[in-house]
Amino acid sequence: MNKTLIIGVVIIGFFTLIALLAPFLSSYKPSDMDQTHMLMAPSAKHLLGTDSLGRDILSRMMYGARISLTIGLIAVGIATILGLILGSLAGFYGGFIDSLIMRFTDIMLCFPTFFLLLAAVAFLESSIFNIMVIIGLTSWMGPARLIRGEILSLKEREFIQAERALGASHFRIIAVHLIPNALGPVLVNATLGIAAAILLESGLSFLGLGVQPPVPSWGNILIESKSTLGIAWWITLYPGLAILLTILGFNFIAEGLKQKIGGF
Amino acid sequence: MAGYIGRRLLGLVPLLLGITLLSFFMIHLAPGKPTVLQDSMNPKISLDVRNRLEKLYGLDKSLPAQYFLWMQRLLKLDFGRSLGDDRLVMEKIMERMPVTLSINILSMVVLFLIAIPLGIQCAVKEGTFFDHAWTILLFLLFAAPTFWLALLLMQFFGITLGWLPISALKSLDYEYFTWWQKIGDLARHLFLPILVSAFGSLAGVSRYMRSNMIETLQQPYMYTARAKGLPEQTVIYKHALRNAILPIVTIIGLSIPGLLGGSVIFESIFALPGIGRLFYEAVMMRDYPLIMAEVVIGAVLTMTGNLIADIAYAYVDPRIRYKK
Amino acid sequence: MALGLKQESYHTYRQGNIVWLKVFIERLSLLVIAFFVYASAPAQDYGDAYVSGSIADARTLIPILASDSASSEICSMIFNGLVKYDKDVSLVGDLAQSWEIQNEGLTIIFHLRKNVSWHDGRPFTARDVEFTYMKLIDPGIKTPYSGDFERVQSFTVIDDYTIKVTYKEPFAPGLSSWGMPIMPRHILENQDFSNTPFSRHPVGTGPYCIKSWKSQEKIELVSYREYFEKRPYIDRYISRVIPDEATTFLELQTQGIDSSSLTPLQYLRQTDTPFFRKHYRKFNLPNFSYIYLGYNLSNPKFSDKRVRQALNYAVNKKEVIDMVLLGLGRPLTGPFIPGSWAYNPLVIEDSFDQKKARELLKDAGWVDNNADGWLEKEGKIFEFTIITNQGNLERIKVAEIIQRQLESVGVKVKIKVVEWSVFLTEFINKKNFESVLLGWSLSRDPDNFDIFHSSKTREGEFNFVGYRNPQVDDLLVEARRVFDQEKRKVYYHKIHQLIYDDQPYMFLYAPDNLTILQARFKGIKPAPLGIGYNFIDWWVEKKEQRYNRISSQ
Repeated sequence: MNKTLIIGVVIIGFFTLIALLAPFLSSYKPSDMDQTHMLMAPSAKHLLGTDSLGRDILSRMMYGARISLTIGLIAVGIATILGLILGSLAGFYGGFIDSLIMRFTDIMLCFPTFFLLLAAVAFLESSIFNIMVIIGLTSWMGPARLIRGEILSLKEREFIQAERALGASHFRIIAVHLIPNALGPVLVNATLGIAAAILLESGLSFLGLGVQPPVPSWGNILIESKSTLGIAWWITLYPGLAILLTILGFNFIAEGLKQKIGGF
Repeated sequence: MAGYIGRRLLGLVPLLLGITLLSFFMIHLAPGKPTVLQDSMNPKISLDVRNRLEKLYGLDKSLPAQYFLWMQRLLKLDFGRSLGDDRLVMEKIMERMPVTLSINILSMVVLFLIAIPLGIQCAVKEGTFFDHAWTILLFLLFAAPTFWLALLLMQFFGITLGWLPISALKSLDYEYFTWWQKIGDLARHLFLPILVSAFGSLAGVSRYMRSNMIETLQQPYMYTARAKGLPEQTVIYKHALRNAILPIVTIIGLSIPGLLGGSVIFESIFALPGIGRLFYEAVMMRDYPLIMAEVVIGAVLTMTGNLIADIAYAYVDPRIRYKK
Repeated sequence: MALGLKQESYHTYRQGNIVWLKVFIERLSLLVIAFFVYASAPAQDYGDAYVSGSIADARTLIPILASDSASSEICSMIFNGLVKYDKDVSLVGDLAQSWEIQNEGLTIIFHLRKNVSWHDGRPFTARDVEFTYMKLIDPGIKTPYSGDFERVQSFTVIDDYTIKVTYKEPFAPGLSSWGMPIMPRHILENQDFSNTPFSRHPVGTGPYCIKSWKSQEKIELVSYREYFEKRPYIDRYISRVIPDEATTFLELQTQGIDSSSLTPLQYLRQTDTPFFRKHYRKFNLPNFSYIYLGYNLSNPKFSDKRVRQALNYAVNKKEVIDMVLLGLGRPLTGPFIPGSWAYNPLVIEDSFDQKKARELLKDAGWVDNNADGWLEKEGKIFEFTIITNQGNLERIKVAEIIQRQLESVGVKVKIKVVEWSVFLTEFINKKNFESVLLGWSLSRDPDNFDIFHSSKTREGEFNFVGYRNPQVDDLLVEARRVFDQEKRKVYYHKIHQLIYDDQPYMFLYAPDNLTILQARFKGIKPAPLGIGYNFIDWWVEKKEQRYNRISSQ
């Protein structure tokens, strides 16, 4: 283990723990409103202050951690799995299948991603589920290309040739030998993807297209800072820091993994 | 070589066709209609008027027919008129292009001006406090949500210090300025937008530069150069840099299509009249011709960018040229 | 808010332009008095510019095509209608000097002003009005304002300065529809409306002429010195496009803009600093809009009147107003603006009473049988969804508060937030909703036919809740035929009472209209219509002027 990786894992572990234990750690429900404590600065009662409906920011951020981290994980999960399947098929079989898949990937890459996202989020409903799926479905192209490249170089290697000679099934070769060997870069890519997805959700929240209230996400908690400029620094600071640290954490993990696997 | 380029160009036609077909149907089949933003909540508008509006916009025809008509016009490079205000789509895009383009180019220049020397310094001082501090700082800049960072900087530079204007491209009295006042005015207005848009990529490019440089510095010919007794500065900036910077040039090439893409968030917060907002609003208003034009232009640019990159590779590596 | 804006901009025209920023014209007798008042007042300086921040750019400056509020606002500076609302919200002449109503309301004769010229110097005549009318009813023109004008049976130009309009039947809201901006025939006569430079470089009769329009950046107007009332004091009117509310607020702090609307939080707290007190003035003006929760009345859950009344008892509107608007709004009981002549002050809001709510719900068959906290009927929990449009945080907050308040009487509420275009086409127009949280911006004319008449329930029409009450139907039709305000009032008061009893909507509140304005502007006289109505009387002392480069022209 190198230092970068450890720092990253600690940061992400911390937030994951909070997300998992949110119901036990928080002293308020994220939807509890308090008319007499609207926009209160941090105090013993509300450690990170309250928002404009008197809701406890700390509790909302704990529950928000669940939403934001889940969005990142699932979205990247979808993208990575899609990328793995399409990329390995294209790389392994080559020829017509390869050109078909890669042309489709090219088409998807030519679409401005943000447009795809915007269109999908606008036209469908911005539920958490939709946001995860949409981010996933619009970001598999990178992983697919990555996998294809890895597999192309791997499949000429001796041990694969040997497996083939022994008559192993294609599925076995791909699933047991090719993919695990290509996994390193994919993992790094996925880690960065989670960070990107969390940032993306906060960007969508800025446009009012992110996770919709009353469900708290870090993005939509942070967005309230726009309407409370100058009078509620805690709404600007804490959710912003949470996003910042999380992104940083994932980047450290990716960086650490790269060093471990050896640069590429 | 000409044959290779020809083959590649031919291959782009079905790709483009696929993109237009997919996006056209996706956009038109999506829920929501373009007319609604204009008339729907007006209690005095009768149903007849509503249908009439749809007819005027040609939205009563079947989808394939609409696609065919659109394609026909596209072949004459006619992107049609915006449903929102009846202006030519091309005119609307061209109006926004200069702003987006110049901000992107400037921010790219700033990006490389900061990232390359920084990457080199970090590589040379690998493992030192300098290296670590910058690494963390750059990651922090990268990790901050754009609008958040922008708002913080606007407050700090615009209000706390009062040094810079908050938003817009120019002062209201810009046209009465002398030319050097104009340049100063533009610089003041563009300072924060350019900085913020460069920040996002700073970490990536400088890290990339750093690792290239580290790798280069470990090459045998570096030892040779040093062994010859050349001063360290010459070794680094003359011999190592030349080799380490090549991959960076590829990045520049790949980011060319991106130069025309704007960002809604960024343009909204700095109140800049760029492409990003145009596109965003087109999507929200279901301004079909405008959305399609942007998709086509974006696709063509990306494809051209890829093609140029491929041709460059083919030029360098003849094996690619003759394959197939 | 978008819903509100659409409505508002429409009415901006319907009533004769001017919600905002227009001149108060005295009738002839008053004009003489005004002359002496002005003559004795201290000299007012010309010059300077007024810079406002606008969330969106205008789309077209052809007034009969403009349906968004940004376009309407600019158009109202450039054009005039025949009539307009004065500061006390009653109709007065604008381009029309006077009018006569004949044949029990069937005919209106307008006598036009003779001293009016277009910005290019050509005289304004009845032919311009005729031209505008012809374009409004031309099926080839994409105008959303044709509805009122299709009720006109004949339009006759009697002479250059007299017009006779005859309706198919008496139509009281018709008079205010002549507030529609009049366009110049000599310029537009042979132009294709969908492709004319006029849409970006209009020529009007109003106090300001267009100078430049940089898309998504700013629109700049300069004062029209030959304006028929008088030369406006402020030389330039600049509307800057600032799409983000946070940026707008920061721009106020650097005095990059002179005026903007404020949120309640900004009004009460964010601008409550020495800086803002020194440099700005704040105004709390009545707003012509309200927020409501509409029920889909064809849904079995809501077809029972007792249920709707129970929900009304169960929601504490005061708390909603206190939490969402920090108290800066008024509760209301009916579809008219509180304090306006059509609003019936005798309709009293049922007080917040959750016990009463539970009793009513019990009468309607909703009881909590299994003590799980939720009411049931025939084994099903009382649960419904509130939909509202994306991007309006205020409405989402209201929905969250209603959700919480109804939870305590055992009603489960879900909230669904939908993007505007989809919201309208897929949910509202198709009546695919259980309840909807929305706002109406109201006309100064109280005619509510399109919103509550039972004939207006087809797809895309405005009685989307499906309200039907034969008594209300008759009253709505009758009220339109009466021109006399005192007589007309009786109808609307009855309508108000009936609608409140029926509760097709839960009426929530009318928000205050909060505005901030740079303190250097003088001559502002807040009135029921707002502050913008006398914009041409606003002025800035020479030494305080900030944008002077152009005044040396």
